[in-house]
Amino acid sequence: MRISPRLVAAALAAAVSTAALAQSALVKVDGSSTVYPVTEAVAEEFQKAERNAIRVTVGISGTGGGFKKFCRGETDIQDASRPILRKEMDDCAKAGITYYELPVAFDALTVVVNPKNTFLDKGITVEQLKKMWEPSAQGKLLRWNQVDPSWPDAPMKLFGAGADSGTFDYFTEAVVGKAKSSRGDFTASEDDNVLVQGVQRDVNALGYFGYAYYAENQGKLKAVPIIEKAGKPPVKPSMESVLDGTYQPLARPIFIYVSARALDRPEVRKFVEFYLTHGSALAREVKYVPLPDRAYAMNREHLARKKIGTVFGGVAEVGVRIDELLAREAKL
Amino acid sequence: MAMIPPKPAATTVRGSTADLRRLIATARRWDVIFIGLGLLALGIGILTFLALFVDMLIDGWSRLRPEFFAQFPSRRAEQAGILSAWVGSTLVMIVTAVVAVPLGVAAGIYLEEYAPKNWITDVIEINITNLAGVPSIVYGLLALGLFVYAFGLGQSVQTAGLTLALLILPIVIVATREAIRAIPAMIREGAYAVGATRWQTVRDHIVPYSMPGILTGVIIGLSRAIGETAPIITIGALTFIAFLPPAPVTAEFPYLSLEWLQAPFTVMPIQMFNWTSRPDEAFHANAAAAGAILVFMTLTMNGLAIWLRYRLRRNLKW
Repeated sequence: MRISPRLVAAALAAAVSTAALAQSALVKVDGSSTVYPVTEAVAEEFQKAERNAIRVTVGISGTGGGFKKFCRGETDIQDASRPILRKEMDDCAKAGITYYELPVAFDALTVVVNPKNTFLDKGITVEQLKKMWEPSAQGKLLRWNQVDPSWPDAPMKLFGAGADSGTFDYFTEAVVGKAKSSRGDFTASEDDNVLVQGVQRDVNALGYFGYAYYAENQGKLKAVPIIEKAGKPPVKPSMESVLDGTYQPLARPIFIYVSARALDRPEVRKFVEFYLTHGSALAREVKYVPLPDRAYAMNREHLARKKIGTVFGGVAEVGVRIDELLAREAKL
Repeated sequence: MAMIPPKPAATTVRGSTADLRRLIATARRWDVIFIGLGLLALGIGILTFLALFVDMLIDGWSRLRPEFFAQFPSRRAEQAGILSAWVGSTLVMIVTAVVAVPLGVAAGIYLEEYAPKNWITDVIEINITNLAGVPSIVYGLLALGLFVYAFGLGQSVQTAGLTLALLILPIVIVATREAIRAIPAMIREGAYAVGATRWQTVRDHIVPYSMPGILTGVIIGLSRAIGETAPIITIGALTFIAFLPPAPVTAEFPYLSLEWLQAPFTVMPIQMFNWTSRPDEAFHANAAAAGAILVFMTLTMNGLAIWLRYRLRRNLKW
């Protein structure tokens, strides 16, 4: 077969010209795998509502990897399971990227045990969790009765999130008091389904992961009620206890960060508005806890008032109430 | 092993047939043992694969319906499909093949037929062999720096295709060289003897005769590329993408469009990986179904290679 040079030239010309023409409306989202299910649901419904005139892509680069792209201006919206950090704020500032920080739902870290476990039905205190998980427990605290003498004399099998995940960061911060500070001799996996199976198979196991994985596996696992401080009542994770703020300190808000420059594009603005309108119902559908309705209204108001920046100042915090969060001053 | 013990000369004649029989029996026993071991090794490999494949088929059977191929990803497992994934994988494979095959075959021919035998050639050869063993994630990082940022090709089908082309280039080159080496020297000498130039020899003899071997190498390379996840994730493939790249054929002049090269994309292994990590178990069936299809795609490519090799070998007369 002979390929005529003229045909090749025509094809190349076509490629170049159409590439320039076809900047059809596209919204790029990337970031945390924890936020992904919510954003995916919103993107799916949004594309349907817009009859595919606007296209949305969602990637999973992790909160950290996603912020790198976001602060280079490669993405329009960033999914984040934790607030933006100091270093990322600097990167964004250097590239001239300003952003809106919008909490969109709650993720409740859930401490689970085997359904046959009964001695934790009355709950576990954060103090006890700390004793079990802090680095000094490594190699020493190996049996349940070492944590509390009233618990059985049985081996303690621990399952937790992998060290690269935001879940690990938040759990260690909330329980041990310092992010990434944890004992190392437990079964760690980035794949929460591995943790579900591990706890399901071992009577002496205890593990932690996001609420959605517990919600989908309620028959196989038992959630442990958390006692924030001595004297407080044990609280089981549920839509209600997270919403009313009693499930502490393991409930955390998850965010989307919207680039202010991208928000000037009508397709991005439409998508964000759709997110704030339908995010609540869609989050519930994918087993996340939605924010109270007034929070979405506040988000919309912040967009209208151009309240750019973060309210965290580059540091991770534990156990912030959503109302307090939304009332704070934002900074870049 | 039983050895014939040295015996006094007087008994040798009578004892030798019995000894010989014993020796043959021992040797036969070793044959049987070796065949058994070989079958065992083969069985472990094949049975493991079959067990995995059948298990995936059973898990994913309920999802292996025509709609599964025609639907985009969705938050609802039963509405989710692999349309964007299989189209993405196919397009990326096309780019990979179009780039890697001409480059790899040309490089292989050059190294076998043209390259002078000196230390530079040796260094190149050692490098190619080493490149075949470089972990794929390294190619992903290279591609992220080179294709995505330096060349500005974006997180697109063309970047993924080029990355995987780099990944399989050493495989294609090595396969080409092996295939060329398998051609008897007399063919080449015969061509030169009747006055053919080097290029005529290559075009009319070397390339056609080595084609079966080259094709096998190409397909092995592509089979590896289609299952790669790490480099594709590194260059920024997406997880949720509910639209297709623009069609390569358009209604207006010039009827051809290469716009799809710049389109965002996802591929089969990424879609599978995402589904296996979902909390909802219904997605695990989707992952199993997608896995079975991916295996099927790989087997089809391998089958195609075997068929092509058989057909081309039939035409060889030497």
